[in-house]
Amino acid sequence: MIPERKLLVSRRSLLRFGAIGVGSLLLAGCDDAVSENPRILSFIDKASVLTYRAQRLILPRDKLAPEFSESDIAPQFRANGSTSPSDPAYRALAAANFVDWRLMVDGLVDKPLKLSLADLRALPASTQITRHDCVEGWSCIGKWTGTPLSEVLNRAGVKPQARFVVFHCADRFQDDGVPDDFEPGESDSGNSGGVPYYESIDFVDAYHPQTLLAYELNDQTLPIAYGAPLRLRLGRQLGYKMAKYVMRIELVSSFARMGGGNGGYWEDLGYQWYAGI
Amino acid sequence: MSEVALQSHGTGRRVAVRRHGLIVRITHWTNAVVWVFLLMSGLQIFNAHPALYFGNQSNFAHPFLAMEAADDNPARGVTWIAGHSFDTTGWFGVSYDENGEPVERGFPQFLTWPGEQDLATGRRWHFFFAWLFVINGTIYLLSGVLSRHFARDLLPSWSDIRHIPRSIFDHVRFKFPHERRYNVLQKLAYVSAALVALPLMVLTGLTMSPAMNAAFPWLLEIFGGRQSARTIHFITAMFLVLFVFVHLVMVLISGVFNNLRSMITGRYVIEEQADDP
Repeated sequence: MIPERKLLVSRRSLLRFGAIGVGSLLLAGCDDAVSENPRILSFIDKASVLTYRAQRLILPRDKLAPEFSESDIAPQFRANGSTSPSDPAYRALAAANFVDWRLMVDGLVDKPLKLSLADLRALPASTQITRHDCVEGWSCIGKWTGTPLSEVLNRAGVKPQARFVVFHCADRFQDDGVPDDFEPGESDSGNSGGVPYYESIDFVDAYHPQTLLAYELNDQTLPIAYGAPLRLRLGRQLGYKMAKYVMRIELVSSFARMGGGNGGYWEDLGYQWYAGI
Repeated sequence: MSEVALQSHGTGRRVAVRRHGLIVRITHWTNAVVWVFLLMSGLQIFNAHPALYFGNQSNFAHPFLAMEAADDNPARGVTWIAGHSFDTTGWFGVSYDENGEPVERGFPQFLTWPGEQDLATGRRWHFFFAWLFVINGTIYLLSGVLSRHFARDLLPSWSDIRHIPRSIFDHVRFKFPHERRYNVLQKLAYVSAALVALPLMVLTGLTMSPAMNAAFPWLLEIFGGRQSARTIHFITAMFLVLFVFVHLVMVLISGVFNNLRSMITGRYVIEEQADDP
């Protein structure tokens, strides 16, 4: 056998090399050359596709998100994202209590619609006490009342080639030089020239019974900070999917030519399109 | 250290045994790399909302743990745990970037992946490695059950339990006899990390997914709500940091080359006493 003592030196230096290797790998992370590399990121995004397929596979189509009781409602529901859109047209609508506001439903539909708040309130309503989960990590429970999206889609008549429901919103985030650390949660700072918020979902979510076009929060008319006059509520995805200040619903076969091509405002900044996790 | 242990029992016979099977060795090193990325990208995600709560939702006024910047000049990092505050400047709440400038963030730049505050990218890395972790861990668990490795080598026997005081006594004297089998403290440490903490990370991680909450509402029941699951996820991650630290120290002081070789080639040299079977 080789004497241990003689080998020790070379083994020690081997170990030292190993430590330097691991150390430099960690340092590489500090300058983010690896962690932010677009080619590496496009590879690791295959995991997002896997997550989407796996969750769709194990989650029955109409299985409901947990619902809570009145006593669970958050005393202070956090208002997040844009909380006061600056768009002048939106401001004018808000000043008149949204009586002139109309929800456009168009794109790949048989019959484009223009619905007032009164029209929406005349449709069958649904109320749910559900948890809102922000991608940042926090949760708030609220009571939402609104029109199930399916009611609106059925009245418009969805064409067979439609694959996604796109929500166009009145709020804008700053366009030029959106910093890397810009997280959902920062407010619409109130200038024009931002990118209009938009979101998209597929028909599994669009026809889910808990998918609402909500016009009430906790039995009150939806306040502006929470997306008045109408916001989307989804039971089984994160908050950034739930577009506020919805002005127009468009049915499309693809969102590749819309915005940055990723299907939503935050998606264009690197967040996953499927936010079930 | 290695030769000390090897030469201290002059009467023993040095025998090489096969300590770790091929699957254990491959999954161990895979897990080591995957775990580092999961931890660092997890801290990146935590930083988006560096506060923890118990229950279904976030009681923003009374977090269980929070890291924040105090309104002081120079900036001071404060960590709150169960209502008690600690000055953690330089580590938590306020730390320094590569130019030595103070930055408001939960965990410092050198502990997160990516280093810059970037929730979207942190999530992409986290879920990519989460899949690798689950696949690797499943292979490890299946092989450990089927090969009876867990039953034979890891689960403490009644005689092991009776030897706990003796084993503690050996450890405080830094006496680490090289034996064919793990001592009881080793068994308890490995069982708590590999068979309890790591699976718990997967379950609490899934409990934070709104889609998984709809698919398996019992996950919320067992952990006491989504925010509790997030807190348990974090605490378990910190337990694993402690485990890895102790593990590395023990590997270093109980015969580092013998230990490393056994996890690379499988070969481990033991000191067999004359009266051993």
